[in-house]
Amino acid sequence: MRALKWSVTAFTIVFLVAPLLVVAVVSINENRYMDFPPEGFSIAWYSALWTDPAWRSAIVRSLVIAAASAAFATAVATPLAYVLRAYRIRLSPLLFSLGIIPFMLPPVITALGMQVFWNATGHVGRIENVIIAHGIFFSTLPLIAIALAMETMDPSLREAAQTLGANPRTTFRTVTFPLLVPSMITGYAAAFVLSLNEYIISFLVAGFSVETLPIKIFNSLRYGFTPTIASVTIVFIVVAATVFTFSALFGNLLRFLGADPATLERNQA
Amino acid sequence: MSERRRPTASTYAVLAIPVALLTVFFLIPFGMMLAASFYHRISGGFYEPAFELDSWRRLFSQVFIERAGFSIGISLLAGAVCIAIAFPFTYFLTRMRRRPHVALLILVLSALSLSEVIVGFTWSVLLGRAAGLSNILVWLGLMDEAVAYQPSFLAVLLGLSYIAFPYCVLTLYPSLTRLDREVTEAAQTLGASPWRTFWTVVVPISRPIILAGFLLVFVFTLGSYLIAAILGRPEHWTLSVFISDQASFNANVPFAAAMAIFLTALSLLVVGIVTLIESRTRSLA
Repeated sequence: MRALKWSVTAFTIVFLVAPLLVVAVVSINENRYMDFPPEGFSIAWYSALWTDPAWRSAIVRSLVIAAASAAFATAVATPLAYVLRAYRIRLSPLLFSLGIIPFMLPPVITALGMQVFWNATGHVGRIENVIIAHGIFFSTLPLIAIALAMETMDPSLREAAQTLGANPRTTFRTVTFPLLVPSMITGYAAAFVLSLNEYIISFLVAGFSVETLPIKIFNSLRYGFTPTIASVTIVFIVVAATVFTFSALFGNLLRFLGADPATLERNQA
Repeated sequence: MSERRRPTASTYAVLAIPVALLTVFFLIPFGMMLAASFYHRISGGFYEPAFELDSWRRLFSQVFIERAGFSIGISLLAGAVCIAIAFPFTYFLTRMRRRPHVALLILVLSALSLSEVIVGFTWSVLLGRAAGLSNILVWLGLMDEAVAYQPSFLAVLLGLSYIAFPYCVLTLYPSLTRLDREVTEAAQTLGASPWRTFWTVVVPISRPIILAGFLLVFVFTLGSYLIAAILGRPEHWTLSVFISDQASFNANVPFAAAMAIFLTALSLLVVGIVTLIESRTRSLA
C-alpha cells in the first residue's frame, strides 16, 4: 500500500510537471527554434513579452478583461448569494441554478449565445462584450464561494448585533458584509485567473478584433513556433502558483476547496 | 445562517438586479441561439429569420453523428483515465501531513489555472519531434531518431485528461477529506490489509462520488475546444471544435446553434444525473 501511495503520487507529479518542464527548458533556449538539448541560455524571450508591442498589448488587454469581468461576476454573485441564503424566497433553488448553469454547460454554448446576441444588437467586436460574457460565465465561482460563507456563518453574530440594537441594515453593513469579504475575494481571484485563460468565449464574441493573450498564443502557434510562447507559459504558471500559495498561507484554501476541518485534523495526525 | 428571514420589497429589489443581468445576458442569448437554429442561412455568413428544420435535419447526417459519437467516446475515456488516477491520488493526498498536502494542492490548482491553449502547447512540445520526449530518448541513446507522437488520438486523450485531472481531484476532495480515519482503522483492526481496506471499504463507500466525478469530467472534456484543435487531426475534432468552426470560419450560425442545443441537452442530462446521485448520497448520510 505504501508503494502504491508513493507510485501514484510520484506518477501524478510527473504527469502534471513533465510538459511544464519541457517548456521551461525551451523558454531559455538561445536559439529561435525548439531544440533538445537546448543550446545556450537566454532570457531574451522573457523580455520580448514586454518589449514586443503585440505581446504587451495582448497581455494588458487580457488583464483588463480579467479584472473587469471578475468585478462584474462578483457584483452579480454577491446580491444573489446573499438574498437567496438570508431570506425565504420562492423558487430559490431555481434562481440559484440560474447562476450555476452558465458555468456547468460547455463554454461554447455561452460563446455562441453571446455571439448571436451581440450580432443582433449590432454592437460587435467590442472589448466590453467579452467582459460581460466572461462576467456572466464566471459569476458561478463567487456565487458558490459566497453562498458557502453564508451557510457556515455563525447566526449568533448577527443575533448579538441585533440584541445590541443594530437594525437589519446596520447589521448587514457592520457584521454580515465584512464576514463575506474573504469569500468575495476568493471568488474574484478564481474568476480573474480563469478569465485570463479563457479562449473560446473571447474568440467567438470578439476574436477577430479583440486579441486576448490566449488568442494571441493560439494564433502564433498556427503561424509556427516562437519561444515567446514558452516564456509566457512559464510566467502564467508562476503567477498562478503564487496566487494559490498566498491564498493557502493567508486565506483558508483547504476550507474553500471543501475540506472538513475536524476530520482533516484527525486524518493528518 | 439559521432562520431565514421574510423578504421585504427592498429584498426583491436587490434580488432583481442579478436576476435581470443573468436573464438579459444568459437566458435571452440562449433563447436567441435556439431561435437561430431555425433561421435560414444566407451565403456570406449571415442568416435571416425563418422557420426551417434544415439545420436540425443535419444533426442526423453521417458527419454529425460521427463527430458526436467521437466526442462522447473520447470524453468518456478521458473521464475513466482521470478517475483511475485521481481517486487513489486524492485519497492519499487527504491522508498526508499538512505541508505536502498543501504543496500538492497548489500544484493541482496551478495545473487547473493553465489555459487550454497552454496545455495544448506544452503537450505538443512534449510529444513533438523538435524538443520532446523522443529527443530525450535519443539523447539517452534509447532511440535512433526522434519521432512525433502528435497530432494523434493518444495526444488528444492525454491533453483532455490533463485539463480535466485537476477538476476531478477537486470534485473528489471534499468527500474524501470527510472519510474518517476511524473507518479504515476499524477495518484494519479487524485484520484487513491496507490494500484490502482500500478495495473493500474505501472504494465501495465512495462509489457515488466516483460516478459523480467521472460524469463531471465527461461534461468538462465535452466542452474542450483547443486540445482537439491543437493536438488532433480533423478526424479527432470534438463537438466544440465543430460548433465554433461552423460559427466562425464556415459562417453557418444556424447549424452551429442546432449543434449547441444538442450539446446543451446532453450536458444537462449528465449534470441532472450527477445532482440526483449527490442528493441521494446526502439523504443516505
